Amino acid sequence: MNVNVALIDDVSPETRPIASEAGPAPKRVVVAYGFWIFLLSDIVMFAALFAAYAVLAQATAGGPSGAQLFNQVSVAIETACLLASSYTCGLMSLAVGSQRRFRTYLAAVATFALGAAFLTLELREFAGMIAVGAAPQRSAFLSAFFTLVGCHGLHVTVGLIWLAVMMLQIAVKGFRATVERRLLCFSLFWHALDIIWVWLFTVVYLMGGLS
Amino acid sequence: MTDTQYDRAPGDATALPDVEQGTSSGALVYTIGLALAVVLTAMSFWVANTSLLWVGGVSLGLTVLAVAQMGVHLVFFLHVTTGPDNTNNVMALAFGVLIVALVVVGSLLIMADLNENMMPAELMNLHLQH
Repeated sequence: MNVNVALIDDVSPETRPIASEAGPAPKRVVVAYGFWIFLLSDIVMFAALFAAYAVLAQATAGGPSGAQLFNQVSVAIETACLLASSYTCGLMSLAVGSQRRFRTYLAAVATFALGAAFLTLELREFAGMIAVGAAPQRSAFLSAFFTLVGCHGLHVTVGLIWLAVMMLQIAVKGFRATVERRLLCFSLFWHALDIIWVWLFTVVYLMGGLS
Repeated sequence: MTDTQYDRAPGDATALPDVEQGTSSGALVYTIGLALAVVLTAMSFWVANTSLLWVGGVSLGLTVLAVAQMGVHLVFFLHVTTGPDNTNNVMALAFGVLIVALVVVGSLLIMADLNENMMPAELMNLHLQH
């Protein structure tokens, strides 16, 4: 019997139905794949903003440069907040997978708090820069900086609103298939934002502080 | 027919084969990812602020660390694998990376070239006066 099974496995891998012949994929796979494509297009948009920033990074027009403006301690705290919130978001998707309501809420609250802390620090940094005259209209470098970092901050804001809405949906609708698919998309979105932030703090804050 | 393999949804932690038994091993995957990311981030900040390293190599080192950390995020947080059920996800990702590289590297090369061939401001003014 075992030999038979082994033989079938050996000789006929191509007769086993492959994904494309097995009928339509489950909706969870289709939805997540579509959202994956959207995220990649979003990252391509960020690439354009990165290219603009990299080209204009030296164009300070006599105004303050990155090395004078950036505070690495606050950037390190922001990075830690976003990384930790990415981790708790992962724990949340595990709790959603096993349909544990309390753990889901706990991880979601942690994710939201860390994301909000990140956003607060970033807004404080922006306000501090504008207060010393380093506003977006000061130089091409600052325009590119505020566009790039502000666009990421806007994405984080949207993510926080989305997370709050998803928690309401769990409270009202429970762990339905539609809600679980949306939560899967949310976790993809949140992890992608963290990947963009890795790129961002390296290029903008660390390399910008070098010269 | 039971072994029909569908593609795996991108980022789907619950579809990991070793996660189906319970959440503990799934949490382990995220914890390993977090530990690696923290180490790489700390190294990035150290490399940017130390005076021990040759200045010319710092940018390259930071780039390598950032790429490594993005890889850690993709593998441990987004669960991208080389398995056959992930081919579509990886192909889409590879296309995205190609476009990103074209946009960023292309812009930098072209603008650096333009800057080099640009007439200096004084010469430009002289040229306009005649």
